[in-house]
Amino acid sequence: MTGKPKKAAEINQMAHPLDDLLRTDRIPHIWCPGCGIGTAFSACLNAIKASCEDLDKVAMVSGIGCSGRGAGYIKLDSFHTTHGRAIPFATGLKLGNPELNVIVFSGDGDLFAIGGNHFIHAARRNMDITVICVNNLNYGMTGGQAAATTPYNAKTTTTPVGNPESPFNLPLMAYASGATYVARWTILHARDLTLSIQEAINKKGFSFIEVLSPCPINYGRRNKEKSLDTLKAYQDKSIIKNNAHPADLETDFSKSIVLGKFVDTDRLTCIESYDKTCRLG
Amino acid sequence: MKPSVLTGEHYMTGDEACAEGALAAGCKFFGGYPITPATEIAERMAARLPGVGGTFIQMEDEIAAIASILGASWAGVKSMTATSGPGFSLMMENIGLGIVTETPCVIANVQRGGPSTGLPTMGAQADMMQARWGSHGHYEIIALAPASVQEAFYQTITAFNLSEKYRVPVLIMADEIVGHMSEKVRIPEAKEIELISRLTPSGRKDRHKPYAAGPNGVAPMGAAGQGYHMHITGLTHDEKGYPAMSVDAHAEMMDRLMNKIRNNLDDIIITEEYLLDDADIAIVSYGVSARTSLAAVDEARRMGIKAGLLKLVTVWPFPEEKIRQLAEKVKGFVTVEINLGQIHLEVQRCAGGKAPAYLVGHPGGTIISPDRVIAMLQEAF
Amino acid sequence: MAFWRIPLDAEQIDVTRGIVYIIEDRCKGCGYCIEYCPKQVLAFSKKFNKKGYHLPEAVKPDDCVNCHYCENICPEFAIYSAEASPSAEAVSG
Repeated sequence: MTGKPKKAAEINQMAHPLDDLLRTDRIPHIWCPGCGIGTAFSACLNAIKASCEDLDKVAMVSGIGCSGRGAGYIKLDSFHTTHGRAIPFATGLKLGNPELNVIVFSGDGDLFAIGGNHFIHAARRNMDITVICVNNLNYGMTGGQAAATTPYNAKTTTTPVGNPESPFNLPLMAYASGATYVARWTILHARDLTLSIQEAINKKGFSFIEVLSPCPINYGRRNKEKSLDTLKAYQDKSIIKNNAHPADLETDFSKSIVLGKFVDTDRLTCIESYDKTCRLG
Repeated sequence: MKPSVLTGEHYMTGDEACAEGALAAGCKFFGGYPITPATEIAERMAARLPGVGGTFIQMEDEIAAIASILGASWAGVKSMTATSGPGFSLMMENIGLGIVTETPCVIANVQRGGPSTGLPTMGAQADMMQARWGSHGHYEIIALAPASVQEAFYQTITAFNLSEKYRVPVLIMADEIVGHMSEKVRIPEAKEIELISRLTPSGRKDRHKPYAAGPNGVAPMGAAGQGYHMHITGLTHDEKGYPAMSVDAHAEMMDRLMNKIRNNLDDIIITEEYLLDDADIAIVSYGVSARTSLAAVDEARRMGIKAGLLKLVTVWPFPEEKIRQLAEKVKGFVTVEINLGQIHLEVQRCAGGKAPAYLVGHPGGTIISPDRVIAMLQEAF
Repeated sequence: MAFWRIPLDAEQIDVTRGIVYIIEDRCKGCGYCIEYCPKQVLAFSKKFNKKGYHLPEAVKPDDCVNCHYCENICPEFAIYSAEASPSAEAVSG
C-alpha cells in the first residue's frame, strides 16, 4: 500500500513517503488540527501511487471548500475550480483527453448541495471519473453551517437549535443515479479506504467513495464531539457490510454506520457509448 | 473522417454558420445545453463533431456546459459552448474562472429579449453590458458581434484565434435575428483560413510556471497529461499558479490580466467604417443593428445628411480611442442598438462632452427600422 | 490490541520491526497516531513545535512493528515508519 518497504538507511529522515506526490512547499496544509481531510487525502495519494503507472496522466479536480483545497496539494496536474462545478469541469477534461485518469476530490457541501445536479448526471452518463467525497457533515470553510449531509437535529451555525432537515444517503444517491462503483469508509479505516480508492481508480466508469471525516473545529465543537470522540464513534458504531443494499445505508450516528463496498458493476462508460453510438459512419 | 471545413457556397442560418466557423477554427469540444435561439448551434455541433474527431456533450445545465469547456480546454482542446440570456447569466461565474485561469474558450450568446425568460424567440442586444461586467470582479474580456450569417462564420474563427492568442474566454454576442436568418455563406478552402493556437511551453517540465508571461503578457499554456504537473486555481495566484492571498500578489495578477488585453488593443479591436471620412454624424452600431444603420446612412445621404457608420466588430474591448478621435470632428453620435442604452453610454463617455450622443434604442423583440434612425438624425441635428 | 491467544508458531515468525520518524514542523498535535498505534509505541511528549503544537514521541520505539498505521491515519504527512534491520536500534526522528 505504501510501496516497497524501505530500509531505514535508504530513507531521507525528513522525507515522508508521499512527499514525491505533495507540493511540499505548501505543507503544512490549511486543514485544522484533527480534521480528517488530510487522512482522506493521504489515502488518495497512496492509492494513486499504487494504481497509476503513468502519474503524468493523472489529474485531480476539486471544487470549493476545505476538501476543495485538495487539488492544491497534489504535485500532479490539478484544478481548483468553482463551487460545485468540479464534476462538470472534470467531465470536460476527461472528454478532451480520454487518456487522463481524472479524480475529483471534494467535500459534501460542494458535491451534494450546490453541485448535486452535476453528480447525479455524471453518474447517469457513467463518466469515467473517480469521485471522492470527504463528508464532514457541514460547511467547514465558512464556519460550520448546515449541509445536505448534516444529521437530523445536529447543531450548526445555521441550525442553532438543531437541524430540522434530514441528510442525503450519499451511496444510495450514487447507486440510484447509475454509478458503477460505490463505497463508504471513514478516515479511521485508512487501509480499506486506500484499497477502495485504488479499486475505484482502476475501475472503468463512474466511481464514488464517501469518506466520513471529523470536523472537530466547526461541527464537532457545536455537537460536543472532540475529534477523538468522532473517531471512537467510527470505531464503535461502524459495521463493515460489503454489498449491503444502498437503501440501508443511512448515517444514523445514534445507531450504526454501515461501511464497505456496495456497488461494483459494469456498463458502457460515457465515452465508450459515445464512440459506439455517435461515431458510426 | 469528414472535413472540418465545408468549402463551398451554402445557404444556412447564422447559428449554423457559427457552428461551421467553430469547426473550421479547429474546435473539437462542445459542451451545450438547449436554449432558444441558440439551440441550433448545439444541434449542428452534435451532428458534426463526432465526424471530425471531436466530442459533443449535452450537459445538465449551462453552468455544467461552461465548466466542461474549461475542462476540455485544459485537456488541450479548442472548446466552445453556446447559449442565450438566461443561460448566459448562469455561465457568469465560470466565465470569471476562465478569465482568471486564462483558459481559451469561446461562448456564443445568441441574444433574445430579457430580463428573465423575456422573449425567447425574439431578438435583442441587451446583454452587452452583462458581457462586459457580468462576472464578479474587475476584468477585461473580448466580445464580437456578427451582423450577418457570413460574419457569424468568420467571427467565430476570429473568436477562437483571439481566445487562443490571449488566453481569454471570447464572447460572440450574436442576436436572434442573425442567429435565425438564412443567408448565403461562402466557406473558403481550409488553407485560406488563418488559425492561431495557444503557445505551448518549452523548457524543463519540472520548472514550468503556468503564469510566467511572455512579452505580450500571455503565458504559454500546457495541457493536463503532458507532465507539467500544474496547479490551476480560481484563487488569486502567483506565477507558479499557487494561491497567493496578498494585496501585492493580487495587484500583480490583475495588472497582467488587464494589460494583456489593454496593451494589445490594436490587434484585438476590429471596426468597419462606411462613409465616415466626411461624415458630420457618426452612427455607431453592431450586430444586426449595424444593418439597420447601413440602410439609414444610405437614406440619409440621399436626403443630404452627411451620416457615416462606425460598425463595431469587436464591441469589447470598446474602441475608445476611435470614438475620441471622431468626437473631435463630428457634430454628434447616434448609437443604434436593441436595448435601452448600453453601448450608447460608452459612446457618450468616450465623446467626453465634445459631441452629443443620442440613442436609437428598442426594448427588444424586433429589429430597429432605419426610419427611426432617420427621424433621430432630423430631430437632433 | 491484545491477541486473545498466542499463535502456535509465534516464536518462529520474524516480526517486522520499524522505526518511527516524526516531521515535527508538520504536526498539529491531533493525537491520532498516539491513540491508534496498535502497539502503543507513541505518547505525547513535552515538546512543542514552532507553531506550538504538542508533538508525539516514540516512548516504546522497540515495539514498533512497521505497520504504517500512524503514517496512514496522520492527516498532516507528519509521521511515517520505515523497516528497521533486525538489529538496528529503533529511534525517533
